[in-house]
Amino acid sequence: MTAPQLEIQAIAALVAAACALPGVFLVLRRMALISDAISHALLPGIVLAFFLVEDLTSPLLVVGAASTGLVTVLLVELLKRTELVREDAAIGLVFPVLFSIGVILITRFAGDVHLDVDAVLLGELAFAPFDRFVVAGYDVGPSALWLMSGILALNVTFIVLLYKELKLATFDAALATALGLSPALVHYGLMALVSVTAVGAFDAVGSILVVALMIAPPAAAYLLTDRLPVMLGLATLLGVGSALGGYWLAHWLDASIAGSMAGAAGIAFALAFLLAPERGLVSLARRRLRQRWEFAQGALAIHLMQHEGSPEAAEESRIEHLNRHLRWDPDFAARVVRGAQRRGLVARVDGSLALTDRGRAVARELVVR
Amino acid sequence: MSIVRDLFTDHTLRTVALGAATLGIVAGALGSFAVLRRQSLLGDATSHAALPGIALAFLVSGSKAPLTLVLGAAVAGWIGTLLVMAVVRTTRVKYDSALGIVLSVFFGVGLVLLTIIQKRADAAQAGLDRFLFGQAASLLERDLITMAALGGIALAATVLLWKEFKLLTFDPDFGASLGFAVRRLDVLLTALLVIAIVVGLQTVGVVLMSAMVVAPGAAARQWTDRLGVMVVLAAAFGALAGVSGALVSSEASRMPTGPTIVLAAGVVVIVSLFLAPRRGLVWRWLADYRNRRRLGAGVALVDLYRLAEQHDTLRHAHEEAAIAATAGARVRHGLEELAERGWAERVDGDAWALTPAGRAEAERRLGGTG
Repeated sequence: MTAPQLEIQAIAALVAAACALPGVFLVLRRMALISDAISHALLPGIVLAFFLVEDLTSPLLVVGAASTGLVTVLLVELLKRTELVREDAAIGLVFPVLFSIGVILITRFAGDVHLDVDAVLLGELAFAPFDRFVVAGYDVGPSALWLMSGILALNVTFIVLLYKELKLATFDAALATALGLSPALVHYGLMALVSVTAVGAFDAVGSILVVALMIAPPAAAYLLTDRLPVMLGLATLLGVGSALGGYWLAHWLDASIAGSMAGAAGIAFALAFLLAPERGLVSLARRRLRQRWEFAQGALAIHLMQHEGSPEAAEESRIEHLNRHLRWDPDFAARVVRGAQRRGLVARVDGSLALTDRGRAVARELVVR
Repeated sequence: MSIVRDLFTDHTLRTVALGAATLGIVAGALGSFAVLRRQSLLGDATSHAALPGIALAFLVSGSKAPLTLVLGAAVAGWIGTLLVMAVVRTTRVKYDSALGIVLSVFFGVGLVLLTIIQKRADAAQAGLDRFLFGQAASLLERDLITMAALGGIALAATVLLWKEFKLLTFDPDFGASLGFAVRRLDVLLTALLVIAIVVGLQTVGVVLMSAMVVAPGAAARQWTDRLGVMVVLAAAFGALAGVSGALVSSEASRMPTGPTIVLAAGVVVIVSLFLAPRRGLVWRWLADYRNRRRLGAGVALVDLYRLAEQHDTLRHAHEEAAIAATAGARVRHGLEELAERGWAERVDGDAWALTPAGRAEAERRLGGTG
């Protein structure tokens, strides 16, 4: 691995971690698409700020452009408050218009701005190591590395300091208000954080793919845990993993790094979607299947118990009889009996079935319930 | 007005205008349903999700025939939409997150495929970039035929199933109780929306096509309360935005088509939000102003009457400030309104007094309780 490769991966990992942290709260607060709106709408802000400071990693540009993000949030709320359009339409109207203005600015002033449409969509991670941060004549590393470290530190500080407030406002907004916490403060604080992070990440992954790093890792983590601190940690890990995995995928395919990172984040989510221990599709399907057999075995036990000691008991406990009485086809009945035998609920005595003590206990409990 | 003359004589320009009109009509009409069903952002996910479909269709077939690419786009957009629905139905991940994941991940994969295609670079293979931000100037007659055929199918289906879609939009539970296959209708309407989106991709691009689904519908909603009128208006607004945007971008240099069309649609929305009768903001402000003035007039009238009573003479004039002390700060509008109706008049400077007609009106209003 060469030094620039290491630097690129370090930047990618920082971007992913910085995105995942506020992303957790966006996912929990059902505001995932606000990140989409903000990251698109930042573009005119970034272009205008770029005209002024001509450096994508300048803190001035970050703050200037991030304010466009807050303007977007305000515009959406203003539009919503007129009650002329609903929230989803308000979001869907505001950001395409702002994004269009940004794209037109870039296209018309392409000669003057060191930005092009490819950079907007794909980021310029591969070139990040060329822009060095020089302090008093010493080269201390790529500017983007320092910028993203600063933004990550900001995000961590914000979440640590306001952890209690964020948690309460996210899970019980009414209680938070009743306790005198300002939901508006938490809301706009979070929006400011998302905006600043999106501006920082723009340089690395472009406008649209920020959304992948903000939403996919936290959503995957959401399927893996019920605890907020664990979710924050998992989301960060999955984000960093997607970034590094995406980098090497791109290296191997000789394709866009940012696109591969989004793809890797998608793979991470797909794996959680399918394989999460409790909420994944596979374990859901297995649980349903197990419940189906357990239900049938329970029904068999109840059936046997109800006829125990009665004159027709001998007839009712023959396996062949089950398809008449419980309307089970022979194959299904045979499988249910095998399963019940394995669990020790019934025993076979000369071709007919008898409940074991355990089977009787299970049946009794089911009936009482 | 040379652009209008060119429209009829210049073949390319006419193709561009017709293509933009087609996409505007289809997206506007079907987008109306999306806006009403709070699915405005589904279009965003669908259109972004179409990108890998376009790239894959090209990689697999090696052809840039419009029908191939559009089919690829439709299949990928459709899969993306289904994935959103599947994630929401089977897990606790919410709608907004599911949309965000599908749109960004599919788009990312699409960009990966595009960069791979670019690396293979023989000249004939380039040009899929136009699907990102759209390029009206690249529309050919064969594109137009594909667009018109697909759009025509979508519109025809909407007309045929009008009653069903109306029910689905406004009261799906009632529809289900009547025995309509609501779920199947939902899937069908979403499929038509996917078609409407892919029809516009070459002109507007995957990044901004969602705006063409939302904007005409949201604008049309302001002008009417009737679904039929809204759909037709939205189609007209969509065509207007599409044609004007496409023409501007093909006449001016360095104006990307998609963003220009979206800006045109944005203007239509802003005008509608402000000026639409009854719902529009200007109308609402005017109504508010009139109400406030009428209320202020009532208060000022009674106040003037009470002040006059204390001085035993109707004509006793009072400073505006004195009236404001009891009637509140907005007294000026009220007094002007009274003067317009001939119930009060300005005596000298800032002093006001009731007229005989004003006195009669005040007594009538105060009635027996006077």
